[in-house]
Amino acid sequence: MGVPAVSAAPIEVVEREFGELALNMGPQHPSTHGVLRLVLHLSGETVVKAMPVIGYLHRGVEKLSEHLAYDQLAPVYERDDYLSPTSNSNAYVLAVEKLGGIEVPRRAQWVRALACEWQRIASHLVWLGTLGLDLGGALGGGTTLYMYCFREREKILDWLEALTGTRFHTNVNMVGGVRYDPDAASRAESTAMASEIEAALPELWSMSGGNPIFQERTRGVGVISKDLALGVGVTGPTLRASGVAYDVRAASPYDAYRELPPKVVTRTAGDAEARFQVRFEEIGVSLALVRTITEGLPAGPIFSRKPIKNPKATKLPAGEAYAAVESPRGELGFHIVSDGGPKPYRLKINAPSFKNLQVIPHVVPGGLLADVVATLGSLDPVMGDVDR
Amino acid sequence: MTALLSGWTWAFVFSAATLGVAMTFVAYMTWLERKVAARMQNRIGPYEVGWPHGWLQPLADVLKLLVKEDTTPRAADRLLFNAGPILVVAPALVGFAFLPIAKGLAVVDHPYSFLFFIAFASLTLFGIFAAGWSSNNKYALLSALRMVAMAVSYEVPMILSLLIPAVWAGTFQLTGIVEAQRGLWFVLYPVVGQVAFLVFLLCALAEGNKSPLDILEAESELIAAYNVEYSGIKFALFYAGEYAHTLAICGLAATVFFGGYLGPSFLPGPIWLIVKSAALFVAILWIRWSLMRLRIDQAIRLNWTILLPVALVDLLFAAWWCVGA
Repeated sequence: MGVPAVSAAPIEVVEREFGELALNMGPQHPSTHGVLRLVLHLSGETVVKAMPVIGYLHRGVEKLSEHLAYDQLAPVYERDDYLSPTSNSNAYVLAVEKLGGIEVPRRAQWVRALACEWQRIASHLVWLGTLGLDLGGALGGGTTLYMYCFREREKILDWLEALTGTRFHTNVNMVGGVRYDPDAASRAESTAMASEIEAALPELWSMSGGNPIFQERTRGVGVISKDLALGVGVTGPTLRASGVAYDVRAASPYDAYRELPPKVVTRTAGDAEARFQVRFEEIGVSLALVRTITEGLPAGPIFSRKPIKNPKATKLPAGEAYAAVESPRGELGFHIVSDGGPKPYRLKINAPSFKNLQVIPHVVPGGLLADVVATLGSLDPVMGDVDR
Repeated sequence: MTALLSGWTWAFVFSAATLGVAMTFVAYMTWLERKVAARMQNRIGPYEVGWPHGWLQPLADVLKLLVKEDTTPRAADRLLFNAGPILVVAPALVGFAFLPIAKGLAVVDHPYSFLFFIAFASLTLFGIFAAGWSSNNKYALLSALRMVAMAVSYEVPMILSLLIPAVWAGTFQLTGIVEAQRGLWFVLYPVVGQVAFLVFLLCALAEGNKSPLDILEAESELIAAYNVEYSGIKFALFYAGEYAHTLAICGLAATVFFGGYLGPSFLPGPIWLIVKSAALFVAILWIRWSLMRLRIDQAIRLNWTILLPVALVDLLFAAWWCVGA
């Protein structure tokens, strides 16, 4: 996979030597999804070159991991990719369970999948709303789409709050099981909510994918070819929109997904519209999964270990383990190296947003300034996930 | 009463009254826009300042912007930077002077008042360009350049579509154009009238920076566009200028397409003009808060390949209709 190297030149040099306008987009910019900084070389409004500059949200999570016990760490990673907290902690507990050979009860696996799928839907709704803001602006139809998406997302957050006491960083996952058990009322609410959100999808579609202006703005914009996608290691819906049917839940199933293989949605165009369609269809796939999980939730315990009195007493055997999940943004993996102590010797996060962002220098040049935000919005980066 | 006042005093009082009414309406149109947008978006909108439904919100906003720090970037061209807001707001307000509020009654009832209105409405763009250029900010500059591209494009079909009522009325005097609609509003003339109005509406969206044609204010790309460096009362002036411009354009559309002050006699003429303008304003809001934004190349292609030919053919049909009749 030949991916050409891209190098950056300082802004002053660009303007002096190349005669191009160097535009510093971000880190304070309404549509760079947090604190991403893009250095754009413009010729007129056409982008000649684009360089992402990252690190503005670096919080040293991987180093912090070396100072906390295994049982204390799961909530830390929920702050990483702050739109899908449960997926993050799920990947972490999977790696620890793999290293320690810890069994997870079947019911706990299903509850994990249930929380993850609801948060995947919530995350995709946030993505759709912010894509609306990118394409339609804060003073226009974009905000309307955004508010409609958040109206639906609010139901999910309310449900999670009723289940866990927290709207967002739900802290469902523990090493060896889950912390919260949905009762009959919660399951009934989940099923009802699935129907409500399914009923709202046509309206969201009519404001986004079904709208000719939206199609004009996304079709043929930011095309990621299959070769480029595989070459820079793009993952998740972005990869599937380029025609590669890779979904961790189906390719190397974990937890409940061994019994519940999801439908893998793919498109071949690789443009912003294809990425939009993949994510939008995935909302429907996740709704179907949620229904299956809620109806077939197996009985049994939700935690396989003894109650944790002293987190530092939990020790893992020396060795290494890698476990990955399909987060809403793609393959999210945790690699843990243990020296036999109560804390990880070294921990590395394989973050999907970081990998997806690598395509920016390759697909943005040649487009207009407005295409930059459309491309970026369709990649769905979360800067907490990029910088960690 | 009029006999006691000389011509100049009368003109001064009348224009001051028009200005006051216009500015009040501009302020309350911002409130209306926020309420309509909120209603469309499953929100409440302004609620806390003033009972009921936050009706004092525009006043609170103006007071807040008045006391905010007024900053000028060190590298800005001070003269143009300060002239920008004035150049935006003044021509937009002048437009109201030409709108007839009763038979033969307007602040300025000139034989060419229609052309004057269009000329003043276009002057706003100079203020925007001055602001974008003098801010010494790359985003503001890009916005100003986009404005030039858009203005050069959209002025053409806009004026062509506005010529149609003038052709039908046989005059450039706005009061005359309204009187010519006593039988039937021009927008109700089959096909030709509606097409002219739709072309005008799209151009008004572009001229008034409303989605889907608010290319120069594309804040998801250009942050806050030409006014990115402005704060305090200068920013408020831009805001007021934009709304005054949109409202004046709505007033013009109501005058030349919807019969202006004409209407059933249970309401006086000026009220009819205000009602029609406000209805058109809400229609623009409806479009604005529903649609995404076009890219600049798409917006300009839409103008030159669709709006301009349609406006030309429409004008030909209107002229043919006149000659045939």
